[in-house]
Amino acid sequence: MIKDFIEKSRAKSPWMVHFDCGSCNGCDIETLACLTPIYDVERFGVVNVGNPKHADLLMVTGAVNHRNKHALKKIYDQMPDPKAVVAIGACGLSGGVFREAYNVVGGIDKVIPVDVYVYGCPPKPEAIIDGVVKAIETFKAKAREAA
Amino acid sequence: MIKDTLLVLFALAGAPLLGGFMAGIDRRITARLQARFGPPIMQPFYDVAKLFGKQMIVPNSWQVFCAYVYLVGAVLSVVLFFLQSDLLLIFFVQAVGAVFLVLGGMAVPSPYAQVGAQRELIQVLTYEPLLILVFVTIYSVTGSFKISAIYAHEAPLLKELPLIFIVLTYALTIKLRKSPFDFSTSHHGHQEIVKGVLTEHSGPILGLIEVGHWYETVLILGLCALFWATSPVGMIILITATYFAELIVDNAMARMTWRWMLGYVWSVGLAMSVINIIWLYAK
Repeated sequence: MIKDFIEKSRAKSPWMVHFDCGSCNGCDIETLACLTPIYDVERFGVVNVGNPKHADLLMVTGAVNHRNKHALKKIYDQMPDPKAVVAIGACGLSGGVFREAYNVVGGIDKVIPVDVYVYGCPPKPEAIIDGVVKAIETFKAKAREAA
Repeated sequence: MIKDTLLVLFALAGAPLLGGFMAGIDRRITARLQARFGPPIMQPFYDVAKLFGKQMIVPNSWQVFCAYVYLVGAVLSVVLFFLQSDLLLIFFVQAVGAVFLVLGGMAVPSPYAQVGAQRELIQVLTYEPLLILVFVTIYSVTGSFKISAIYAHEAPLLKELPLIFIVLTYALTIKLRKSPFDFSTSHHGHQEIVKGVLTEHSGPILGLIEVGHWYETVLILGLCALFWATSPVGMIILITATYFAELIVDNAMARMTWRWMLGYVWSVGLAMSVINIIWLYAK
């Protein structure tokens, strides 16, 4: 019974940490808009914790470059399992318009495994919330696999 | 004997449930005050259950030890409270718990945890003398440090010690880490030094601290309830009104600095205590 409650709680309380991996801030504004009274993701128990050690979801925006790929990897490694990664926006998915630039590595999935891709330039807050809900589902599946 | 056992069981099992629901209602009302819908009332329980289900990552064993001592200190003080024990004993037991929370933060050489721990220490330093003053004043009215003497007292303490009650609510605000005193760590998303003293705690250890915090909330609200110990309805009214006022203050105030807190809470708290004590003797 306790195990079931923990299973249920995982889906009910996904704390997120938001990492700006060199985005133009368009996706960041839309991500933070999810926390405002209009969208209020705290309804689903989402809290923007700002600390990878407390987080379950890593929301990454922007194209990865050779400088910040280490920071991104480090943040991902600091998160305790089970965890999920949401890549947000065209740059986060593939590098976007910057993908051919000499200093850009590419999308987030070149550095860490990504579970959910939210496309758009920038994506709407509704799409990001949808991404969070999808991430929670992958999360449940991961926990079941591990058990 | 049977009554005592039941009281201990209630303190062990009932207090975290009560504290958790308080935290849930708190988050819901806070959300409504900010024109949001807010999470379900059960949210704090989901959060803690999830934390217990997470992978255990600890920087060193001291942090784990300190978290457990903090929890035990909080639990023991609540048990002593329900057994109507000595106020001074309760005070020292909860002080041990509070100090070990600081030590847990200092166990890791992370700048955020270190700064948070120092700030938490200042917060402890601010409210502990006020709590002692509150207990000593209660003693001067009832003639005993025992909580049972407060229940035996025929008039509500609030009538004789209104200013002392306000001083206790200052301690409550600091203990609940609500604005303007939420700078060692905050329950809200808007943080100042990442998560302050709790930055390096994660997973099950953070869950333990959260449960300890529920116990502490129940203890301080219980102390508030003692000011209307003559009627159970009065106790509930007093707790509800105090907690609601706490939420309004939390949402209306900005986060201040520790210098401001130390100066303001000590000067106003001491002044109010002295006025109340003089009034008590002049009567």
